[in-house]
Parts: sequence; structure tokens; C-alpha cells
Amino acid sequence: MIFVTVGNMDPFDRLIRAVDQWVSERSLTEDVFAQIGKGAYHPQNCKYIPFLTPAEFKNKFANARVVVSHAGMGTIITSLEMRKPIVVMPKRANLGEQRNEHQLATVRHFRRSKQVLVADSELELGSVLDQVLATDVDDSAEAGGEASWPADPALIQFVRAFVS
Amino acid sequence: MSSSIANLDSADLQESRPAEVGRSNKGRRKILAISSRGGHWIQLLRLRPAFEGSDVVFVTTEPEYRSMVDGARFRVITEATRNEKLRMLTMLLQIFWIVLRERPTSVVTTGAAPGYFAVRLGKLLGAKTLWIDSIANAEELSLSGRLASKHADVTLTQWSHLAAPGIVGHCGAVI
Repeated sequence: MIFVTVGNMDPFDRLIRAVDQWVSERSLTEDVFAQIGKGAYHPQNCKYIPFLTPAEFKNKFANARVVVSHAGMGTIITSLEMRKPIVVMPKRANLGEQRNEHQLATVRHFRRSKQVLVADSELELGSVLDQVLATDVDDSAEAGGEASWPADPALIQFVRAFVS
Repeated sequence: MSSSIANLDSADLQESRPAEVGRSNKGRRKILAISSRGGHWIQLLRLRPAFEGSDVVFVTTEPEYRSMVDGARFRVITEATRNEKLRMLTMLLQIFWIVLRERPTSVVTTGAAPGYFAVRLGKLLGAKTLWIDSIANAEELSLSGRLASKHADVTLTQWSHLAAPGIVGHCGAVI
């Protein structure tokens, strides 16, 4: 299953439309499921839902082979925790999708990551998706294990000392 | 700075649950962990190992997130964007009420607006306050972070290149 999520309720129609078009152009053997928030665009070629509870979200995440999302840190952290390959496309302030361009900064910092793959725009999304689906998913990703990537120990230690 | 923090063992902390009126918590160690929904919240949850053994109250804007804190105390506040002044005021009053009732000894937040209010109100009532700026802000501190850094006891960025000696510290990241 390919799980597409806009991360929260805020719409990201540009992503949903691009995925929908990509699905229509391929003959995929696996399901695509999209969480679209308050987006006005409703995909024609996959199942979708506006909102998922945290439990449902986690379940979709765990069962996905690949996740497709905005470049929000919440979703990226979840993908790192669950060792799930993720394709992210940044929301843009200049298109009114976001207040500032911080998602551009986020993707710059993940550009070399093998697990967080970046599609700069809808024009690139299809080819990045083709690429990730063609790549053999390694064991750790397949295991999709529970959160096993701890926060920086120094940070936890600092916070623990601070609250004590 | 909070002064009278007693060392409590976990049995004492267990006894303080469930909800108890704030003033009776004097002398206890209590954390108000607060953030808005989404990425801020996911980052806040990453700090949970640091809260082990402490009495902690989680506060956020999304009721569904209760299921993510495994029975820890959890309170919901109104969500507001920068332009929704009335909702913002409601949020402020709700946080004020929570801080009054809970009397936390420390406030820990990953932002944004709820965290800023909690830092201001927490300070007002004598809590130590810690702002951890979202890792999403890789090129500059968030607007709320810049505002909060004027008031929080400690402000941390998760990016080493954004640290500013004496103003914004860096102590690693949640990932």
C-alpha cells in the first residue's frame, strides 16, 4: 500500500492532484490511500479520507510500503521512527500553502537522506515515486518496527535536568 | 527560578493523580508539556523519556491526541491561527486557567502559540520555562521562538548553526 498524507487538516491539493495523476498513468498493483485534510480536490484514482485518528494514522503508516507527504516534521519524524521510506514534497508559501518557506529549508537538510526522498514540486513527484518503488526496500524498512530511533541523549538529559 | 522542589519517589507522584487542585501541589515536581498540534506535538512526545518519574500534564489543541500519551494527564485547548484574535484570546485564557490550576514547576514546549502563552504565564506564576524550537525551523528561529526567547529561562534550537551564545542554546535534536 502507498499511503499519501497531507499530515494534518490543512489542504495540500497540489500533492493530492499530482499523486492522483501519477496513479492514473501507471498500472499499479498495490493500493493507494490518501488522507487529504480539508483539501477541495478529491482524487479519482484512489481511496481517500479527510481525517484519520492517531491510531488509524499509525495503522496506515505501519502498513504502507511507502509514504508520500508534505515536508512536515511530524510526518518525517514518524517515518524515521517507523523506518518507513517517505517521499516529501514541500508546501510553498509563494503558492499560499504555508506561512513561510520553512519546508524548503527542511527538504534542503534531508536531500542526502536515503529514507526521506525529496520531490521539489509536482513535476518531479512521479519520477521520485517511480524510483522509490523500483528500489528494493531493505529489511529495516520492511520490518516497519516500532519507534526505535531515540532523541539525542544530550537533549533528553538536558530536559530531565531542567525539569528536576 | 523555582526553589522548593522536593525529591519525591514515584509512589508520591502516583498519589497525586488524578487531577488535583493546583495549590496542593506545592513542593512537588510537575511538568506542563504543551504544544500545538502536528509536528510540534510529535516533537514534544519525543521528549517523554525526560519526563519519566515526574508528574506531567500534556496540553495541546487536538482532542484525538489523548490516545498518544498512554493514560498520562491530558488537557485540550482551543486552536487559533495568528489572525483569529478571539480564538487566540480564548486559548490564552484556557492556558492561564490550566497554569493556575496545575501550578507546574516547569513548562516545556516545542511551540508555537500555546507554548508562547505557557512560557509567559508559567513565568508569571514562578515556573521554570524551556522553549525548544521546532526542528522545522532550520534556517532561522521561528517567530514564536524569537518572541519566547525573550522570556523563557532557556531557549534551545535543534540546529547547531542557529545557536546564539547567551540567547539560544543547542543541545541536540529530537531525531
